Amino acid sequence: MVAVQIQDDLRRVLDDEGKVLAGAKVPEIPEEDLLQLFDKMMLVRVVDDRMMRLQRQGRLGFYMKSIGEEASHFAVYALRKTDWVFPSYREQGAWFWRGYSVEKYINQLYGNSRDPVKGRQMPVHHSAVDLNLVSISSPVGTQIPQAVGAAHAAKIMGKDDVVMAYFGEGTSSTGAFHVGMNFAGVYKAPVVLICRNNGWAISVPREKQTAAKTFASKAVGYGMPGVRVDGNDILAMIQVSREAVERARSGGGPTMIEALTYRQQGHSSSDDPSVYRDPDEPAIWKAKDPVKRFRNYLKHIGLWSEELETRTMEAHNDEVTRVLKESDTLGAPPLESMFDDVYEEMPWNLKEQRDYLMAQERTKSPHSH
Amino acid sequence: MPTMNIIQAVNDALRIQMTAESKMVILGEDVGKFGGVFRATSGLHDEFGADRVIDTPLSEAGIIGTAIGMALYGVRPVPEIQFSDFIFPAFDQIVNELAKFRYRSGGQYPCPVVIRTPYGGGIRGGHYHSQSPEVMFIHTPGIKVVIPSNPYDAKGMLLSCLRQDDPVLFMEPKRIYRASRGEVPTEDYTVELGKAKVTREGEQVTLIGYGAMMPIIHEAAKKADEQGISCECIDLRTLMPFDLETMVASVTKTGRAVVVHEAPKTAGFGGELVASICERAMQHLEAPIQRVCGFDTPFPYVLEHEYMPNANRVLGAIRQTLEW
Repeated sequence: MVAVQIQDDLRRVLDDEGKVLAGAKVPEIPEEDLLQLFDKMMLVRVVDDRMMRLQRQGRLGFYMKSIGEEASHFAVYALRKTDWVFPSYREQGAWFWRGYSVEKYINQLYGNSRDPVKGRQMPVHHSAVDLNLVSISSPVGTQIPQAVGAAHAAKIMGKDDVVMAYFGEGTSSTGAFHVGMNFAGVYKAPVVLICRNNGWAISVPREKQTAAKTFASKAVGYGMPGVRVDGNDILAMIQVSREAVERARSGGGPTMIEALTYRQQGHSSSDDPSVYRDPDEPAIWKAKDPVKRFRNYLKHIGLWSEELETRTMEAHNDEVTRVLKESDTLGAPPLESMFDDVYEEMPWNLKEQRDYLMAQERTKSPHSH
Repeated sequence: MPTMNIIQAVNDALRIQMTAESKMVILGEDVGKFGGVFRATSGLHDEFGADRVIDTPLSEAGIIGTAIGMALYGVRPVPEIQFSDFIFPAFDQIVNELAKFRYRSGGQYPCPVVIRTPYGGGIRGGHYHSQSPEVMFIHTPGIKVVIPSNPYDAKGMLLSCLRQDDPVLFMEPKRIYRASRGEVPTEDYTVELGKAKVTREGEQVTLIGYGAMMPIIHEAAKKADEQGISCECIDLRTLMPFDLETMVASVTKTGRAVVVHEAPKTAGFGGELVASICERAMQHLEAPIQRVCGFDTPFPYVLEHEYMPNANRVLGAIRQTLEW
């Protein structure tokens, strides 16, 4: 029998202002890493802001911001390079942290000739096999049993790699969540399953996803520990993730983490939360903003300066500008490539269809991007 | 040469590849200790251990979802879906994930999973142990569909599937799991995927089918022969990608064709075959191509012998093409 701990209380290191709470244990993180984490958090803010502006100007088809949720991305700090990540579609910080370039990121949004996924998927559906970041798809939750399978594979292959999966609280209602959690528990898979509870699944609030008091409490039904953490506290995120990764790596099996956070803006560029949300709500959570709290913490320990932040913002903005300038010159991937990679080798029916399409008159896209 | 039935042939192929490939893992309900409800994985758990022949929780979505993750990481998973009627909880994972992983990742993430599943009626299984859902997967770009009709092809094609890197649905005709016996080499050998086989040469009518319909087709051809009608029989073997060239060459010669499948007629694979053959061989056709199929009803229990195509109905269709 596994003794399962459910920590319904919220793990925190920093208060809403970014001051270390009395009695809190601060995770040991080298100074250069703290600065890097801040740098990447700012990168997410800059990229999100710039990309959404482009979308509103009609210069980008679609985008999803993660504003207000950035700290929850950096659970990946606890991972090694050889560990794997199965993300959902709102963890851009995790991608940047593991080395995904701004260039690839933006090229994917445009589906241009340098898009790593060759113009095949909507914006934000990234893939980076060199970084063990698994291809993103739109059906939510499918990544959970896949992550469990990968973790179990590592185990049976005698590797001590750990797999981390991200999903939202809405996804915890899906069958895939149940199935993934169940297999993880039965297999005692070395997996860390992070539920980023940002309060909203498009227009549906978290109360409509479950009658359970917390999402972390669901873990007990699957025979694994459930830990609830302040998802806007980057130090707490890193602390609980380290514990979960250590547990997995040492053969202790899976952990479910519920990271409490808040979706400051819409689900995507197609969404307008003013239609369904209390307009006072975002301000309540803005007071607990992850970037503000981390900034203040860095201030307290003497690592932050106005000059540092300005320089960081400028560098990131300049990089985005440079990448955009170049991506503007890039067209779509070659038409023939639409028929590649369906299978390893192209079967006759695709060859025929490709030849047919290439012989047709070209049709102009109704979209400019 | 020893004879084997389809179950033994499948078991043999699995054993050979489990030995040759240390990363191969079998998983599914009852496949481990029990050896599978049809005994397809009999003895493998004892020989290769519980880590490599895994008894999973009861969840098709979980079996396929975890198999996908395993394949991405570097294992070669061979999940079993106990009856193809139960594949539907895994439909999202198969259609939206497995079939699309290579394409959607720009080629970064191939997903080599071979799903084995018994399909088809004739064992008094009713609605939920008799279905033939092949068309739903043929219609999903990115996944191959392979259906053997005999032990020799079952072993050889399964080994081919296990040694390539595309997702495959390997559908086993359970009605003839034991009834179909034949000479099967004990050594390692493969049968090429994507190639149909002309199992009987003839001059007047081409009969096309796969899986458990092949014995029916052969019986009809024999009866036709007694009436002086010469039929050519084609076993498709792989349904995606399918061997159109062989079918067209045959119909060019005979001018007449009958397609036979158990799955319901409307929007069944027969429609695709008729359309594709017509596109290429219309000028050679003497009559419309006939389809002898299951009916557009759920698969019945007590009346299954009337539901499934039989030699008489195929013979009737043969005559229709001749009398047109």
